[in-house]
Amino acid sequence: MKSYVSPEYLIERDNDKCIRCKVCVNQCSYDTHYYDEEDDVLHSRNENCVNCQRCATFCPTQAITIRENPNHYRSNANWTQEVLTGIKKQAETGGVLLTGMGCDKPNLTYWDRLLLNASQVTNPSIDPLREPMELRTYLGSKPDKLDMDFSSGEAVLKTELSPQLRLETPIMFSAMSYGSVSLNVHKSLARAASEFGTFYNTGEGGLEKSLYKYGKNVIVQVASGRFGVHPDYLDAGAAIEIKIGQGAKPGIGGHLPGEKVSAEISKTRMIPMGTDALSPAPQHDIYSIEDLRQLIYALKEATDYTKPVFVKIAAVHNSAAIASGIVRAGADAVVLDGVRGGTGAAPRITRDNVGIPIEMALAAVDQRLRDEGIRNQASVIAAGGIKSSADVLKAIALGADACYIATAALVSLGCTVCQKCYTGKCPWGIATTDLWLTKRINPDIGAKRLVGLLRGWSLEIMEMMGGMGINAIESVRGNRLLLRGVGLTDTELKILGVRMVGE
Amino acid sequence: MVNRKMVLKDVIKTTPENLSITGKVAKIDATGIYYRDLNRLLRSLDGNGIEKIEIRNVYGQRYIGTDLDDHLSIDIYGTPGNDLGAFMSGPKITVHGNVQDACGNTMDHGSIVVHGRAGDLVGHSMRGGKIFIRDDAGYRVGIHMKEYLGKRPTIVIGGTAQDFLGEYMAGGVLAVLGLNMKERRHDARFVGTGMHGGTMYIRGEVSHLGEEVTIVDLTEDDYSVLGSLVDEFCSYYRLDAEKILESKFNKLIPVSSRPYGNLYAY
Repeated sequence: MKSYVSPEYLIERDNDKCIRCKVCVNQCSYDTHYYDEEDDVLHSRNENCVNCQRCATFCPTQAITIRENPNHYRSNANWTQEVLTGIKKQAETGGVLLTGMGCDKPNLTYWDRLLLNASQVTNPSIDPLREPMELRTYLGSKPDKLDMDFSSGEAVLKTELSPQLRLETPIMFSAMSYGSVSLNVHKSLARAASEFGTFYNTGEGGLEKSLYKYGKNVIVQVASGRFGVHPDYLDAGAAIEIKIGQGAKPGIGGHLPGEKVSAEISKTRMIPMGTDALSPAPQHDIYSIEDLRQLIYALKEATDYTKPVFVKIAAVHNSAAIASGIVRAGADAVVLDGVRGGTGAAPRITRDNVGIPIEMALAAVDQRLRDEGIRNQASVIAAGGIKSSADVLKAIALGADACYIATAALVSLGCTVCQKCYTGKCPWGIATTDLWLTKRINPDIGAKRLVGLLRGWSLEIMEMMGGMGINAIESVRGNRLLLRGVGLTDTELKILGVRMVGE
Repeated sequence: MVNRKMVLKDVIKTTPENLSITGKVAKIDATGIYYRDLNRLLRSLDGNGIEKIEIRNVYGQRYIGTDLDDHLSIDIYGTPGNDLGAFMSGPKITVHGNVQDACGNTMDHGSIVVHGRAGDLVGHSMRGGKIFIRDDAGYRVGIHMKEYLGKRPTIVIGGTAQDFLGEYMAGGVLAVLGLNMKERRHDARFVGTGMHGGTMYIRGEVSHLGEEVTIVDLTEDDYSVLGSLVDEFCSYYRLDAEKILESKFNKLIPVSSRPYGNLYAY
């Protein structure tokens, strides 16, 4: 069948600048560029280009420019280029439109309509470069009250505390399975988390043997496929996360296609090579809050009550009530993943239309848990579309204990958010298991770049806290007076629990 | 890691009436013991030279067998609760009674032999070890069980099982012997829905299959696998293996290891 889909991008090559080094040919995993020996010239197959910018970045003479194809269909606010192209692709394949990364629509972000406060005159600001600033965060269930024993003349804590995770900055690396991303990405994340004093999440693909040594900075995930889940794996991590849902694809499972199940992936997931790794939509032992409690306590029993157990859900309409159930089921932390959260592969229709923004879910959950008097029983972790240190700080002011980042972490490793992760051919060596491509991430450099990101964001958070006259992140947590809304309706402000600017 | 010797002393001090130890055998009366205390007690016995544990009067205590070591053999009298042997790696459990839901959930290694019936989700996501149920089992038996290299989980159900038997099955062996059935037909519907690996052997007819599964004849290799499973099954329950093997078995295998391979537009 002749395809009616036209190339999305055009590649322009300045032949005067081009030195025929063929870097573009070697770097592109989509077979876009080729060299014509006879004419000593390079050409491009525009239809293969995904605009990942790998070739343009590595071209030593900057001879390559990639532009959106100007041959657009007639402008139409409803029947956009994306809509028309999608329909044509589906007509030609009869399939579900796949995509990668988070929702790319502009109408679902509230962070940018929330503004932080700063001290002026009445409450002096603090210079974080000269004065101590506390970003340390503990995740886990906190007791209702502390019993102390003073009989020895010293204060001795009598209350037995639940297991806690200690974070040196309230930012962790969110779940990305080994399989959806490469081993070198996992190595980079593990090393960076361990160097900076935070945590990286394995996702649902098991923990590769060589990474067990980073265990005290690893959160191991248990999801519906139970891939790579066995007693050693549960023992290896500092915490266990039960994955119920993901912001990019609430309510649906996942398929790691057989092509990506290489020998290495097969070993860690503990399934035969080349078979589809199917993660069912529900966990079949969880059909209720009571069942969830059963799994939470199965995992606690399996690890002798030594680790906090998190429960991750996608932010959906009823998140507040669900979160209340999760806390009552005994989870030590609730993870909320908003509609803009990323993915290695999801149906585009689900990614862009299902779920709610993290800001609203977070505010509603925090408020509900406070109203019920159980907020201390679990930490709340916000995820899905956190793209700057300001987003982290705003999330904490809205009620989060910490944030998970994943897209931002990948961007620091080179990702350009081209949204083609599901092809498994990531030219940046990130969302691929192809050994030729995965070499493009050097874990030493990767860890350095991730630590750079964590350090930069942490410094910025301290700057903003100092500006507000606050020297401990604890004082920001759930302190919505630090936020004001702009361009929001009364209802939006009410749900967020923040006042309008000027109020 | 908890200092298990210390714990044992403490536990013996606090619950002497429930526990008696003779040589390498420990006996526990589980009457009125909360599951968490019972499991803590089991963990404290584990690694203290105890090889066999007998637990009597078990009434619904969950997670028995979880987080215990390799060499233990555990005899349970009564009805253990949900998630018996969840994430279990090693112990040999014999249940003199029925088991509830999710017996052998995500089990890694070891065995569970049940002298009675089982609830739903027997061997959910199991990746190794063996489960034998003498009588019937509930819904979704063997759902998403999977194998890798030498690890090949096995479930044998003596009676029949309910709907979604072997759903999402990705590996391992699941045998249903259909003993004590009035008719020679299993009522289970949607058998093998989403199945993409492993093998089911079913004695008696199955009428309602999932779309992803097909029935084929057994080969000689199949008979040797099945024969040793049925032999082992019969050794626990004193049944005649030859008689069971005389009847016709159906072999169910997935149509494809990639059932959802062409679902997407790129």
